[in-house]
Amino acid sequence: MAELLTVHDPRGYPPKVTGKRLAQRPQSLDGKTLYLVDCLFDNSEVFMDQLRRWFAEHLPAVNTKTIKPRESWVDDPHMRAKIEKDGDAAILGVGL
Amino acid sequence: MSLEQAGVPSVAVHTHVFARLAQATARAAGMPRTRQAYVPQPIVDQTPEQLRAYIEGHDPVSKRPFMQELIEGLTKSLDDEDLKGLTFERSTPRLLAPDTEDNLQKLFVENNWTDFLPVILPTEERVAAMLKGTSRKPDEVVARLRPAAFREFWEITVEKVAVNAVMAGAKPEYLPVILALIASGQTARSSSTTSFAVLGVVNGPIRDEIGMNSGIGAMGPYNHANATIGRAYNLASINGQGGSVPGESYMGSLGNWYNYSAVFPEAEERSPWQPFHVQKGFKPTDSTVSVFFGGWYTNAGYGPRATWQEKFRHCLAASEHHNPPLLVIDPIAARLFHKMGFDTKEKLIRWLHDNAQLPAREFWDNQWIQTLVKPLAEAGVEPWASKLKADPDELVTMFDEQDIHIVVTGGETQGAWKLFGGSWRGKIVSVDEWR
Repeated sequence: MAELLTVHDPRGYPPKVTGKRLAQRPQSLDGKTLYLVDCLFDNSEVFMDQLRRWFAEHLPAVNTKTIKPRESWVDDPHMRAKIEKDGDAAILGVGL
Repeated sequence: MSLEQAGVPSVAVHTHVFARLAQATARAAGMPRTRQAYVPQPIVDQTPEQLRAYIEGHDPVSKRPFMQELIEGLTKSLDDEDLKGLTFERSTPRLLAPDTEDNLQKLFVENNWTDFLPVILPTEERVAAMLKGTSRKPDEVVARLRPAAFREFWEITVEKVAVNAVMAGAKPEYLPVILALIASGQTARSSSTTSFAVLGVVNGPIRDEIGMNSGIGAMGPYNHANATIGRAYNLASINGQGGSVPGESYMGSLGNWYNYSAVFPEAEERSPWQPFHVQKGFKPTDSTVSVFFGGWYTNAGYGPRATWQEKFRHCLAASEHHNPPLLVIDPIAARLFHKMGFDTKEKLIRWLHDNAQLPAREFWDNQWIQTLVKPLAEAGVEPWASKLKADPDELVTMFDEQDIHIVVTGGETQGAWKLFGGSWRGKIVSVDEWR
């Protein structure tokens, strides 16, 4: 019978994960302000513009506003505060 | 996810190849039910019409209409699972259940704990022997690592670094160098789509004490210390940060062979210039490691020959301009440059800076410059703002002078040099503090 070995687990120590709740959803986006967050990836501006056009054509009762963070991959508290103050919902995207 | 917590319903849109990564990130953030929608890859270089087709098409992950995913994600009532989120403790045991060598080797491979080359199994005896290479306590936290800025930090202790050093085949006397590399806080296994690696440079007396090679083949697999220190740095990065798994925590499109092992010493005694660590304020008798994030592009040349200026200009222009160059140069070529009047590294760096130029239209037509630098330029941050104002054919410099670095190494069988992508970011760590 082959010898049994005891070896170390090579992995580091992960953080505890604390659950966070999702925001309550509105029944409809009609009359609501929907922020389209352009995350500044190459060509995401064009994607977000097409998304804005889609809403204008198909769901004109939704008030879309395009917004950009100051930098890509870096949290922009000022932008977040603006969305939290004025927005009812947000779509964020899109990369690569 | 911050918006959700602030009460703003949100949907994040990704391209489909990022589905596993996005889901793993949401789970680790305690929001596994975050609404995500997917479009096909790529977004880059697609016309407005092509992107409109994505929007009017189907989500390639859920197979449902993309816009339906978006609108339902923002308006569909939440269920109990959505409201409670997910709280859980993950733990990694100190020791694994006893098993045969064959089964344990298989387990390490199946769990993506290796670089898919054979490893030395980290038995208690081997790890205890490795820990004799440092005076630091086994439970001391060396660094917090993560594969990307949007992922959670994991902690890695001295003992865990020693475990990975055993796996790499390193000797106990190498451990202070490996600990210092990890203590830089720079993972050697970034998840970036750009397939980055990290080049580590060792300076000071430790190089000779542990028998590192700065001669023939310094950057290749021709020395036990060079090879296993670099490998241990990568293995400890993989496991210390909780993985480097394609599609989940590694997204490098092409991959990078420098991710196996890429640590080498500077040939200080044969260089005409100050060693790198002395340039950065350390004493010659100090031992240090410096980490250069990049390894994406490699250009090379010989010389300086008669047309050395043209050769360098071509190589610099071909460099990825969001990743400044690290020039690694053989002592023969270094001494020739010295004789030509470049009597300090700084003088040659100044020349490289002044001659690393591109027309503005080429400079800005770069994926990462567009994504990461252009927003800063538009916000008025210099020097980017001025470059953005340049005429399309006007030459602009590619790099900041302080971001270009030079290290001397090699066996003097040829007057060669290589130009690597290598962002230093001020990361130099004392090895002596980890002895």
